[in-house]
Amino acid sequence: MVANVDALEQVQSLGEQYKYGFVTDIDVDLAPKGLNEDIVRLISEKKGDPEWMLEWRLKAYRHWLTMEEPRWQKVAFAPIDFQDAYYYAAPKLSDKPKSLDEIDPKLLETYEKLGIPLKEQEVLAGVEGAPRVAVDAVFDSVSVATTYKAKLEEIGVIFCSISEAIKDHPELVRKYLGSVVPYADNFYATLNSAVFTDGSFVYIPKGVRCPMELSTYFRINQENTGQFERTLIIADEGAHVSYLEGCTAPMRDEHQLHAAVVELITLDDAEIKYSTVQNWYPGDAEGRGGIFNFVTKRGACRGRNSKISWTQVETGSAITWKYPSCILQGDNSVGEFYSVAITNNAQQADTGTKMIHIGKNTSSRIISKGISTGRADQTYRGLVRMQRGAHGARNYTQCDSLLIGDQCGAHTVPYIECQNPTAQVEHEATTSRIGDDQLFYCRQRGLSNEEAVSLIVNGFCREVLQTLPMEFAVEAQKLVGISLEGSVG
Amino acid sequence: MALLEIRNLHATVDNKPILNGVDLILDAGEVHAIMGPNGSGKSTLSYVLAGRDGYDVTDGEVLYDGRDLLAMEADERAREGVFLAFQYPVEIPGVAGLTFLKTAANALRRHRGEGELDAMDFLKFVRDKADSLDINADMLKRAVNEGFSGGEKKRMEILQMAVLEPRLAILDETDSGLDIDALKVVADGVNALRGPERGMLLITHYQRMLDYIVPDRVHVLAHGRIVKSGDKSLALELEAKGYGEYLDAAE
Repeated sequence: MVANVDALEQVQSLGEQYKYGFVTDIDVDLAPKGLNEDIVRLISEKKGDPEWMLEWRLKAYRHWLTMEEPRWQKVAFAPIDFQDAYYYAAPKLSDKPKSLDEIDPKLLETYEKLGIPLKEQEVLAGVEGAPRVAVDAVFDSVSVATTYKAKLEEIGVIFCSISEAIKDHPELVRKYLGSVVPYADNFYATLNSAVFTDGSFVYIPKGVRCPMELSTYFRINQENTGQFERTLIIADEGAHVSYLEGCTAPMRDEHQLHAAVVELITLDDAEIKYSTVQNWYPGDAEGRGGIFNFVTKRGACRGRNSKISWTQVETGSAITWKYPSCILQGDNSVGEFYSVAITNNAQQADTGTKMIHIGKNTSSRIISKGISTGRADQTYRGLVRMQRGAHGARNYTQCDSLLIGDQCGAHTVPYIECQNPTAQVEHEATTSRIGDDQLFYCRQRGLSNEEAVSLIVNGFCREVLQTLPMEFAVEAQKLVGISLEGSVG
Repeated sequence: MALLEIRNLHATVDNKPILNGVDLILDAGEVHAIMGPNGSGKSTLSYVLAGRDGYDVTDGEVLYDGRDLLAMEADERAREGVFLAFQYPVEIPGVAGLTFLKTAANALRRHRGEGELDAMDFLKFVRDKADSLDINADMLKRAVNEGFSGGEKKRMEILQMAVLEPRLAILDETDSGLDIDALKVVADGVNALRGPERGMLLITHYQRMLDYIVPDRVHVLAHGRIVKSGDKSLALELEAKGYGEYLDAAE
């Protein structure tokens, strides 16, 4: 379907620069700045957590105090003062609105400006004939609305904010939360475990194919806040779901931290397709401001013949540091990672994946396309591990980097560990530039320099972009063009 | 007024003089052939006219419809109706030919103040053009020139020319690397696109293409200068005698 979508028209129709940089003026309920046990307790109380949840948070917080920030990633930034941020910011609502009609119009307007439909009869902006998409909208620390909830409930699909799930479906949350990313996993995941405020929860029951795309839209609005969301998706035996995540933030001069955790679980014959279009504010050309996107995303293929597929389009953030990974535990399970990362100006990205093969005949596929321009620096870092019992496991990795200009960098760091002699691992990597001959050929046909670059880069990423659901493919193609603005001539 | 007037054109590549005073006048409705030995500056002339970076004009001028062509950027020249059929068409991986051509056609239409064609209208427009040239439009489903044979690449160039409807078409050694059947298809395409409003420069090494496309004038380029001009019979004479005498004369 992507072939029908013409990226360039879309690019031309859009203005310059980052177009989601506005701020919504809304009354906010803020916890005091800083982080200590009282703040963790306060967040827990605000969320109405049961006792077990509070205990878990405190356990994580106490562990976090003993941890040090990781420094192995190839990115550079000034130390973060964790006491100088707000850990809870929520738009003031009298009560959680009972229906979509009761939501603050300012919030509705915000999401409208972002092209996100919070009315059930609408679809994502500008895509005619697109299937319906159910949306969970997370604004700063809380979920403000979830659409199509009732309709999904009819077939047993649970789609709600994680706060609601903790109250309404504690048995599922207790069973799976932290089962893929334990609370002590890493510095930022542990911090998230202590202070997470909201996020989405999805449960697809046995044998159900979710009839619509599920989507969460994250928006950071408040100044000096960190966003710590937690997403948990479970596909029971034979279930199938496609989930999309989008994110934006206002333009601000200081950096803001986004430290999310996403856990996916597939049981026998189940499949989860998780797509991200990440467009956090990247900071200005000099590197002032922008989001620090330090995220832990991991999926466990627990069941036989199950599948988890990650697709990410990373265009935003000052620094991106994430490795959506798959633990291929069930025999014959499949993990996929498709990634496009674009870094411009002073952006830095260290991103890739981990494929841990445990079960027999497990297979994984990694396609990574990195585009670097301006003074940006980008690293692909990926681990493929074939464990002792992974008989007949296979991996194919392809890493392509495209450089535009002479001040940017691209690095590829593959880690391969093979403990089983019957497993096969393939790794291919290329680094290229946009050829002068390609640019001239396009310009000789009447395309401007920027149109030419956008077209060539979209072609370079095509293999990944076409794995996105159609609604997001359009947006992603536009983003590719916009993210590259000013990269040539 | 001539469609294209080249006056005393001098150009260098990496500071090395390649064109040393080219003069040429092409009227709308005419087809001129430029012939010459390897290294005489044929491809340089085509790149200079199309505005490729790295080809520096050191003297002279080029008027296109009376306007200063050399003052325009490469893409502006294209939008003003200058088309270059490449000797070595470039591959653009992952970009479908149809998307590429539609993007180009709409850039030209916007420039002319015409509305853009949507995907369905454009597809029909292209299919009609392809049918009339006996070219299979299926190749537009593939990535631009990727994995194309030599003949397919040249047919793709001709199809692009037909779709973009230039006023000035420069065909740089379009006959090179073609077998006789492919040459006929290309020549038929060029002939079909001849018209009273359109001028064409055929740059070629061999006379065999001129059996199929009969030029109004033939020019001999040697050492970066037009050393002789004549009618169609000049091409036959070159075929018989070779370029030897012009190379000596120009030195």
